[in-house]
Amino acid sequence: MAKELMIGNEAVARGLYEGGLRVASSYPGTPSTEITECISTYDDIYSEWAPNEKVAAEVALGAAIAGARSFCGMKHVGLNVAAEAIFTGSYTGVNAGWVLAVADDPGMHSSQNEQDSRHYAKASKVMMLEPSDSAECLEFAKKAFELSEKFDCPVILRLTTRVAHSRSLVEKGERNDIGVKEYVKNPQKYVMMPAMAKGRHVVVEQRIIDQTNWAESCEFNRVEMNDTKIGVIASGVCYQYAKEALGKNASYLKLGCVYPMPVELIKDFASKCDKVYVLEELDPFIEEHCKTNGIEVIGKDAFSLQGEYSQSLIAKTILGVEAESVSADLEIPGRPPVLCAGCPHRGLFYALKKQKVTVSGDIGCYTLGALAPLGMIDTCICMGASVSALHGRNKADAANEKKSVAVIGDSTFIHSGVTGLIDIAYNASNSTVIILDNSITGMTGHQQNPTTGKTIKGDPATAVNLEALAKAVGINRVRVVDPYNLKETENAIKEELAAEEPSVIISRRPCALLKYVKHEPSLKVNADKCRGCTACMKIGCPAISFRDKKAVIDFTQCIGCGVCQQLCAFDAIEKGE
Amino acid sequence: MNTKSIMIVGVGGQGTLLSSRLLGSVLTAEGHDVKVSEVHGMSQRGGSVVTYVKYGEEVASPIIEKGEADYILSFEQLEAARWLPFLKKGGKLIVNTQKIDPMPVVIGTAEYPDGVIEAIAATGTDVTSIDALPLAVEAGSSKAVNVVLMGVLAAKTDIAYDVWVEAVKATVPPKFLELNLKAFELGYNYR
Repeated sequence: MAKELMIGNEAVARGLYEGGLRVASSYPGTPSTEITECISTYDDIYSEWAPNEKVAAEVALGAAIAGARSFCGMKHVGLNVAAEAIFTGSYTGVNAGWVLAVADDPGMHSSQNEQDSRHYAKASKVMMLEPSDSAECLEFAKKAFELSEKFDCPVILRLTTRVAHSRSLVEKGERNDIGVKEYVKNPQKYVMMPAMAKGRHVVVEQRIIDQTNWAESCEFNRVEMNDTKIGVIASGVCYQYAKEALGKNASYLKLGCVYPMPVELIKDFASKCDKVYVLEELDPFIEEHCKTNGIEVIGKDAFSLQGEYSQSLIAKTILGVEAESVSADLEIPGRPPVLCAGCPHRGLFYALKKQKVTVSGDIGCYTLGALAPLGMIDTCICMGASVSALHGRNKADAANEKKSVAVIGDSTFIHSGVTGLIDIAYNASNSTVIILDNSITGMTGHQQNPTTGKTIKGDPATAVNLEALAKAVGINRVRVVDPYNLKETENAIKEELAAEEPSVIISRRPCALLKYVKHEPSLKVNADKCRGCTACMKIGCPAISFRDKKAVIDFTQCIGCGVCQQLCAFDAIEKGE
Repeated sequence: MNTKSIMIVGVGGQGTLLSSRLLGSVLTAEGHDVKVSEVHGMSQRGGSVVTYVKYGEEVASPIIEKGEADYILSFEQLEAARWLPFLKKGGKLIVNTQKIDPMPVVIGTAEYPDGVIEAIAATGTDVTSIDALPLAVEAGSSKAVNVVLMGVLAAKTDIAYDVWVEAVKATVPPKFLELNLKAFELGYNYR
């Protein structure tokens, strides 16, 4: 069969399909999202977007116990949310295989921290595999089901951005559908209360010993002997970087299984090389394993704990060589990402700016509201924290509770904002929560969610009614505004901040990039009327720029949302044809 | 290792991803080992974006570092200057003359530098500049800028014209095929 180019995520999906996956449940998160999107294209797999990673992991574990090979994917911070299910799932074990994927983001291309998920494997005593390109993504995903069943254990595939989002060649194979295995009631194994869990902990510890022995000679760990002056121990994309930087001038121990790790295999490899480097991004996970076992290696003494590695970093550090390069003699301004032209969040942030409020922010496109010129986010911590941290702020500083709000997207609100809202209602803080309902999960690239009325496959589904939900948890003041209407939005914020009880404002307008959203003709500036006052520049719309002391609107970007028109005191911004 | 490296750089939303898909498809058809690395997600819109394409007998690392690219194809002037240090000595740079103000320029905290292309040429870099927008409009849509630029790049490589045309056919939806083939041709014949 001909080879195909696939991103790592698509190859994971293909491997899971070939491995007989039957049930998949995930929550989107860059750089993991495409795994489950690709799974949803296979009709013989049930797939869904769950409200959050904990739910998704539990759905998948439930399916595995019931006898279906199952999957749950997430980004690194999502693993924190799913962790509770995984730690105890490690004790229950599985019936049919349970495979998880977690995508770390060294360098933080699209994340709020740089955590190293390998620690979770060790902490939860769960096997972790780490592929280094798309072909391995497919192969490891496929074989993970067999390993999960062989050891009666969850198996986590760990990816990083460069593996998840790089395309390389893969060869497809046939699907091996094992059907649904029989479920046999077994409270000693599946009911984790103290008496039973004590028994299972013994099983877990024995399993780690068995897996460590297996790791000494398994097909996932591979030695490549070349010149022995330099030895490299690496996994994932770092192995590829090392190969490119050092080629045949080094020998390699490539670890495909990063937890549990072998001991004798590493000792033997290290003993054959003059100097051994451990090349791993983020934390010294492999390095500490080596040092604990008395194996002398060089790791974080020479390399950083932060950011991504690369072939040039390795060549420079180990060989002391650097490629020549030239730079133009220019001051080059940065180009940070921006809210799109016509983004409904823009009007809302502008209205907040006029109220001079403190804004408890959250995770989504709207986090970009923190950047100039809007600059209207004070905190961004984790999914859902906007709501609960606002409650905490208001309990700490009740005098200013009428000057602070939370902003949270529709999908993030469902993920874990609603629990914070329950806290606000139950423990009575006078908090104002604004749900930015753009009818989609935006930042990760347009995924459906429980509020959109569509499933992952685009089929009709029950939609959560946000107004009714807010009322049901005990919020009496709930109102909906259109963020394209600045006056209406501003008034609503003013009134709800003034109210003597908690309130929810739903700022509702679909993402301007959704295919079904009809765009108005682009606006244009009447140069005779424009006084160059720059009022329209205060909203940071990428379609508006300033040329020869007048505002200019880029017709290729403007979608005619009309927010800038409301800022112009001279009626200089006119409707286009 | 005999690996060639191509970078495609621009501003999020300019259609650089389609170009890298097209390029990946051409190189795979030619029988190369290929790796393409890109950054995904809506939040990249309006930001500086970069795609790495590498091909050869065996490609290890999916990314390109300073001084390693054989070609850089830039969709925007400032981005060409930003990524210039990634070009290998003797590498070729193709730049679309479009200017897009980044937000610091829009809000007046920075200036868009003058004479970007001249400053790049002053480094001794082999640079081809082209205003691709009029050619895209001539082909039938301002959105075909990316395919015009692929045409310019194609003419500088040693990969056969027909391979590129087949890749355009495989990558573009049928109803936009004619338009894109014309856009590719205009770029390919640009001198």
